[in-house]
Amino acid sequence: MNAWMGTILRVDLAAKTVKKEPLSMQDAHDYVGARGLGTKYFCDEVDPKVDPLSPDNKLIFMTGPLTGTAAGCAGRYEVVAKAPLTGTIGAANSGGHFGPELKFAGYDGIIFENASETPVYLYINDDAVELRDATGLWGKTVYETTDALQESLGNFKISCIGPTGERLCLYAAVMNEKHRAAGRGGLGAVMGSKKLKAIAVRGTGSVTVARPEKFMEAVVDARAKLKAHPVTGTGLGALGTEVLVNIVNESGALPLRNWRDGSVFDQADTASGETLAKTYLVKKKGCYGCPIACGRVTNVPDGPFKSFGEGPEYEAGWSYGADCGVTDLAAIVRANHLCNEYGMDPITLGSTIACAMELADMGVLPESDVGFKLRFGDAQAIVDLTEAVGKNEGFGKELAKGSYRLAEKYGHPELSMSVKKQEMPAYDGRAVQGMALEYATSNRGGCHVRGYLTSPEILGIPLKTDPLVTEGKAALLKLFQDLTSFVDATGTCLFTTFGIGLPEIAAEYREAVGTDETDEEILLKGERIWNLEKRFNIAAGVEKDTLPPRLLREKLPSGPAKGKVAELYTMLEEYYALRGWDKEGVPTPDKLTQLGI
Amino acid sequence: MGKQLIIQPEKCMSCRTCEIMCSFQHTQQFNPRLSAVTVMDYESAAVSIPVMCLQCEDACCEKVCPVHAISRDADGTVLIDHEKCITCKMCVSACPLGNISFSPITRQVFKCDLCGGDPMCAKFCPTGAITFVDPAESADRKKAVAESFKEVFGEEGLA
Repeated sequence: MNAWMGTILRVDLAAKTVKKEPLSMQDAHDYVGARGLGTKYFCDEVDPKVDPLSPDNKLIFMTGPLTGTAAGCAGRYEVVAKAPLTGTIGAANSGGHFGPELKFAGYDGIIFENASETPVYLYINDDAVELRDATGLWGKTVYETTDALQESLGNFKISCIGPTGERLCLYAAVMNEKHRAAGRGGLGAVMGSKKLKAIAVRGTGSVTVARPEKFMEAVVDARAKLKAHPVTGTGLGALGTEVLVNIVNESGALPLRNWRDGSVFDQADTASGETLAKTYLVKKKGCYGCPIACGRVTNVPDGPFKSFGEGPEYEAGWSYGADCGVTDLAAIVRANHLCNEYGMDPITLGSTIACAMELADMGVLPESDVGFKLRFGDAQAIVDLTEAVGKNEGFGKELAKGSYRLAEKYGHPELSMSVKKQEMPAYDGRAVQGMALEYATSNRGGCHVRGYLTSPEILGIPLKTDPLVTEGKAALLKLFQDLTSFVDATGTCLFTTFGIGLPEIAAEYREAVGTDETDEEILLKGERIWNLEKRFNIAAGVEKDTLPPRLLREKLPSGPAKGKVAELYTMLEEYYALRGWDKEGVPTPDKLTQLGI
Repeated sequence: MGKQLIIQPEKCMSCRTCEIMCSFQHTQQFNPRLSAVTVMDYESAAVSIPVMCLQCEDACCEKVCPVHAISRDADGTVLIDHEKCITCKMCVSACPLGNISFSPITRQVFKCDLCGGDPMCAKFCPTGAITFVDPAESADRKKAVAESFKEVFGEEGLA
């Protein structure tokens, strides 16, 4: 079947029916898979004005054509829905082994429609697919749910939500194999709104590709390059994504205390990959078919933050670390584990706590609302407040809405360091100008994985560009956004793009699906995905592309970018022009026609 | 005598690349259940262990086969002759290590055949958790032990 299984599951949660329908091969061709194909199905079927938490929102799980093959790091699946945190198109992908297992069971994706009245989970055992009662699982954590399902079913792969998803926490994640997250935008809350607790899948079938010998040649080439590259072959495996802490800090781009105190942290190393490796790292872990192995199995053996689990990643380590002014790595590890256990996005939660700390510091958030004196640097507070959100206790109920709604409630929405109500992660756009443009234009709000210009601007991959200049960034970002859309859509991990790029991944894609399209034609599919997402957001009425005023007006006080603000508006107009959009950032009819949308 | 597979679970990070490369080599399909190597993952112990046939010198599968379809080649690799095999599956039961399987997809029994001398599991293992080495040179662990002695008792810079 040329890398596809050829079947989509359509599950009506209200009528309790499961239908198997043929995959739209035309859409699969035009939109590649995963993020692209899931978004295409979604946009064709759902009104952009839909309330994200209403039964009319749909929830789509979609794999890519490379998912389940031997292509480097091709274990990913995408979750697509309108995102409750942002009101944008929501698309978040996750690794582990769940996506491949879904394909081994014979399905490219699952479309969930409507909502169940009582908790259910979807059982998939090859051809046998049915909705089952999940009343006994409701209220359980991600770990408990996964263990309980595996205990009763055996060797199934589990994707599920924790209690925060059930309670519609606006940044609840969809979690698979306990520690892997489709984390951002609150897609776990969409799952919770449908009373869908979990998907359990076991598959015994095979994934095949169109041209096996040539495919394997492309795979061998890609894997050799991943192994040879210092980032994918050494750095990420040895130190995890936290390898970035000291590098980004030295560039003066590690935002400190809700981005208030500049972006140089003299104690950054307390939460670096190097320090984690020396302290709580037990072993590294790879997702399906992954030679990089950035995953961290971590254990805090004793003390008040005793904990065993996985992570943190760089962005979570930053949100709980530098962003909250916290230097206790054990507390950061513990808070991250709690996010996995309760099923929450640690970037948004850590940033929301940081925002609360600033509001408290200003005196606008009363101590009585929090229950204790909240201040930057309080390690116990990040753990306690994370647990409070997980358990829906006290001030946790306010934090569950994210930083924008919190800051707005206390009269200072400008202190939410978010774009389109989603928190920006760990790279200060004032010190990395391309990232400023990336945050502002990301189709899912504040996010680093929609066009990671940190790579050229700080790491020098594939070429070093000056992070402080704006010239050329619009064109570079457009390229990165289109390429990322394609890479995500294949089911390949974005981290491969440190070591390989369009030629290698397009080669794997060509031989897998059996096409002779050029690299340029394939990249155009990425641009098509980007424009489809943007068109949805425009129709949904999402706010315009901008940044928090702090980035636009407050100069960085120190470091290599001292005196800089984010020069967004010197880049934005050029960016829209390069995209073929009008001056308001709306895709023109001509552009959409050209892309066949 | 040929090389042998050596497993070092402490290096395994449970990516299962070995499984998909093995299945592809033998079937041109990607399917962990068609793989002669299986990674066992023990999450709470933070360890993963690749398990495959290590070509017993005294092989139960060979002895139990009623039609002599299992034999050993010049390199010592235990191989199944599918022309002779009647798929009685006695070997599946006889292997004390569980390293022969029956595939409902191919309707055949299968085991590790060392890919004809270039095992894909070892070739593509990203961390060296599976290696294919000359038994006379497979002294990695001895070396590790020796090096820890060196750390304790040795002195640097004498030469």
